[in-house]
This record gives sequence, structure tokens and C-alpha cells, in this order.
Amino acid sequence: MSDTHLDGNSVGGLLLEVFGREMTAAQGRCGACGAVNVFAALVVYRDAPGDVLRCPSCGSVVMVMVSLPGGVRVSFGSLSWMEIREG
Amino acid sequence: MSFITRGFGGRRRSVSPPGRVPPGQYVTDDFPVLSAGPTPAVSLEEWLFTIIDTRGDETTWTWEEFDALPTETATVDIHCVTKWSKLDTTWEGVSLDTLLDGIDTTPAQHVMAHSYGGYTTNIPLGDLTGGRAWVAHIYEGQPLSPAHGGPARLLVPHLYFWKSAKWVRGLTLFEADRPGFWESYGYHNYGDPWREQRYSGD
Amino acid sequence: MEGTAVQRRLTWLIAEVVDLIEETSRVRSLVLEVTGWEGHKPGQHIDIRLTAPDGYQAQRSYSIATPSDGERITITVELVDDGEVSPYLVEEVRRGDRFEVRGPIGGYFVWEPGEGSPLQLIGGGSGIVPLMAMIRARAAVGTDEPVRLLLSARSTEDLIYRSELGALAIDADGLEVVATLTRSQPPDWSGPSRRVDREMLDETAFPAAGRPMCFVCGPTGFVETVATALVDLGHEPERIKTERFGPTGG
Repeated sequence: MSDTHLDGNSVGGLLLEVFGREMTAAQGRCGACGAVNVFAALVVYRDAPGDVLRCPSCGSVVMVMVSLPGGVRVSFGSLSWMEIREG
Repeated sequence: MSFITRGFGGRRRSVSPPGRVPPGQYVTDDFPVLSAGPTPAVSLEEWLFTIIDTRGDETTWTWEEFDALPTETATVDIHCVTKWSKLDTTWEGVSLDTLLDGIDTTPAQHVMAHSYGGYTTNIPLGDLTGGRAWVAHIYEGQPLSPAHGGPARLLVPHLYFWKSAKWVRGLTLFEADRPGFWESYGYHNYGDPWREQRYSGD
Repeated sequence: MEGTAVQRRLTWLIAEVVDLIEETSRVRSLVLEVTGWEGHKPGQHIDIRLTAPDGYQAQRSYSIATPSDGERITITVELVDDGEVSPYLVEEVRRGDRFEVRGPIGGYFVWEPGEGSPLQLIGGGSGIVPLMAMIRARAAVGTDEPVRLLLSARSTEDLIYRSELGALAIDADGLEVVATLTRSQPPDWSGPSRRVDREMLDETAFPAAGRPMCFVCGPTGFVETVATALVDLGHEPERIKTERFGPTGG
């Protein structure tokens, strides 16, 4: 079992840049297994050519963020919905 | 223009011989571990390598069978898209020419490499032949560690190193190209370091 | 939504180092003045960005160690062997130096006085930093919700904020501190001397029946061991918030 992963808190700044608001407390559903988790609880691999966010329950790739020159590409994998609450 | 930070130099970056290192790369003595997911645990008893042709016919090697194949030693430079390059790395593995020998690859032009753990990457068939690619299981004289892709990884040093799929379990041959993991997330479909093909659109 | 407020949050601000505090031989706090800082909540962090003369950039995240205080924020950095950024921050940076920061970041791993009680804080190594912001916020505001802090460090010399925590605990306003020293202990040490485990949590943490709000922070392995143990002890997963730090700084 690799110990090189972090959690969604570690990509909070990138999520802030991409979505324009705090996202670590937003919830998302994994379409692969149905688990609902806050973004902060996602298993994050950052030692990669991009940030890979995986479902903590089934390991499927929920989202990938790749910093490109002048921007960020966000790819949605198994994320079936996300919910952002006020406050 | 970014704000220069007094006194900060970053990790020591070696000066490399001119022409030796592709544009935008710096040389490192380390061997950084980059992973998109957990390190798979694959025992040699369960390890298999499978090539599937365009008709769906499979050729499979167990570890014992793979280990009995003739190997080659390759000393190569490797280039990661995250900008580090490592020079003169030595590997031992089975050439793709050996593995593909006896397999009718027509009419395939493209290959998808598959790994334990789900990683994929696509490579033109022509880039895997002619002595340019191996399935490597020995690094610097030692069995390849899991962190670096062991039991065996694909080794295609003339392309950015994300194409050298760790924990490789097989190749599927296709007529039409399709993007693998990083290629579908924004990285270049081909990945030639000498033309600095990092991102799709480069 | 005000355009300028959103803009400011998304852009990099300039932080100036106004004070340096040597916390331990390997840990230093940097007190920063950030023009344009709009405040933050305990538990949040900043991203910092350093640029070398040749344009090379490195970014790292650091938890804010202090409660909101105008434009002043403090981060606490641990020197990582072979690190790229921490040697610069811990050994090179001087008063007057400036670098780029972005934040505050994080809306999940946050606690403000008056929320969630009792409060159970569990920190491994530099994982104490965001928890300290929570403790300091509570002390500044003067609320008295019961708080227990369990910290893991290699030795007393590695206990960050040791004297301040000692003083706060003595104040007897409801803060209890337990430390476990995992590598070496002073001769008169009567506390635990092993890694945090289920038994230690059972003995020292608020019982699950009291439904404490738990915050766990530190290296990934530490956080996962502790979170699993808390669930095993009956704590509801929704009342356990975690933040994992990597070896290259959190």
C-alpha cells in the first residue's frame, strides 16, 4: 500500500482557482460506487503529471486536474454530481 | 512576470552537456516516483503479460515464461514531462521485437498499454519496434522495485516517460488510435520530448 | 458577488516576513503581513509560491497557525530532509523577505469557537499547526468548550509550541493536553511513549458517546490509523475531520 497520497485539502488552492470558490467542503458522488464524500476526503495523488482525485471508497478516478501553460484542464471521471452549499 | 523570491534557488539542477537534454528539461540524480494511484501489489505467481491482436487473439506469458526469454541491456536517458531528465539509466528487459515476434500484428497501427491498477497509455506500434522499447524488469542491476513499476514496466525512452507504463500487464493492438490515461487528461497524444510535446495542442 | 472580492481571493498576494520564531531546532514560524488579506478561519491554509531567478517556481501549502488578526498570519514550517522549499523557509528566509501567497484555503477542516463541542484534536508532528490555530482562537475569544489535544512527537525537543501549550493547559479553562513521545523520552517522563493507537485514544480522547467533533492532522499514515481507530471506538465518521500532510510540507 503506497503512502504517497494526500487528501482533497491538499488541492484546495487549485480547486479555489478552478471553481472560483472554496470547494473542499463541497460534496460529490462517485458514479462508480455511489459513495458520497466531501472533496476534502478524496484520495489525492499529487506526485504525478497532474492531480488525480480518487474515490476513498472504491478508488476510481473522480477528477483529474492538469496544470497547462496558462490554464488548468479539469477532467471529470466517475464524478456523477457535486453539491455546493451556501455558507 | 512573477515575483522573484530573494534567496530561493529551488532544487539543485545540474548543467547538462549541450544537445544531450531535450528543451525545458533539467537533469537530476534522483529518480522521482510519480504515481496516479496506489502501487499495485502483484505477485510473480499471478503476474501475466498478454498481447491481444486486432482479432482478439491473445498471447500470454507467465513470469516464468517471460523470465526465460532473451533479454537486452539498455542504457538510456529518460525524460519526464514534469521536467526532470535522468541520464544513463541502465535497464534489462525483453525487447518488444522479441515479444511481438511471431504475432501477426496486421492491420494494427496503434497500441494501448495496460497496467495493473488500471493505468493506460497509447503508443504507435512503430514506436515500439526496431529496438526502441522493452518490457523491463531490472533497473541498475536490481529487480525493479514496485515504486518504480515492478515487477515489470514498459520502457520507451524516446518518448516522455509517462509512456513507459509502470506495472505493465499487456498490450492491445488497434487499427485506430485512442488516448490513454494522461493523453485523455490533457497530455500530448504522442509525447516527443525533443519537440517538447507535453500537452495536447503542443 | 463582488468582482473585486472574488478577484482578490484568486490572485496571489505578497507576504512580507515581519518576524521569525524558532519553535524547535527544525521548526520555525514565520509571521507574515499580507496586504489585502481578508481574514481566515482556524484550520485554513495558504499556498505559497517561490520563484527562482531563472523563473523556476515551487509551490507548497502551509497551515495557518494563528487565528485571524487583520493582515497578519503565521505559518509554522518543519524542515524536511532533502526538501526543496522547507530549507529555504526554515534556514534562509530573513525579516523583510517577501514571497507570494494565496488563500485562505479550506472550508472543511475548520473550527471556530462556539462550533462543535467537545473538541477532540489529534496531531502528529507538524499536524499540530492547524489545531494550534483552533486552540489559540478559543483562548483569544475566551470560550470554554472542553478541548482535548493529543499530540505525537518524536521527543520533547520536537514538541512544537510546547511551552505555550503547557501554559494554556495550566490555565484550566477546559483545555487538556496529552503528548506521546515516540522516539525518546526524558528520564521523568510518565506519559505515553508509543505511536497513537486505539488503546491510547480510548484512554485519552473524549468518549464517542459525547459526540465530540474530532480533527485529526498529520502525515497520511498517522491520520488514517487514528481515523480508523476513532471509528472503531464508535465515533461517527461525519464527526471526524482529517487533513493529511505530505512529507514535503502541509
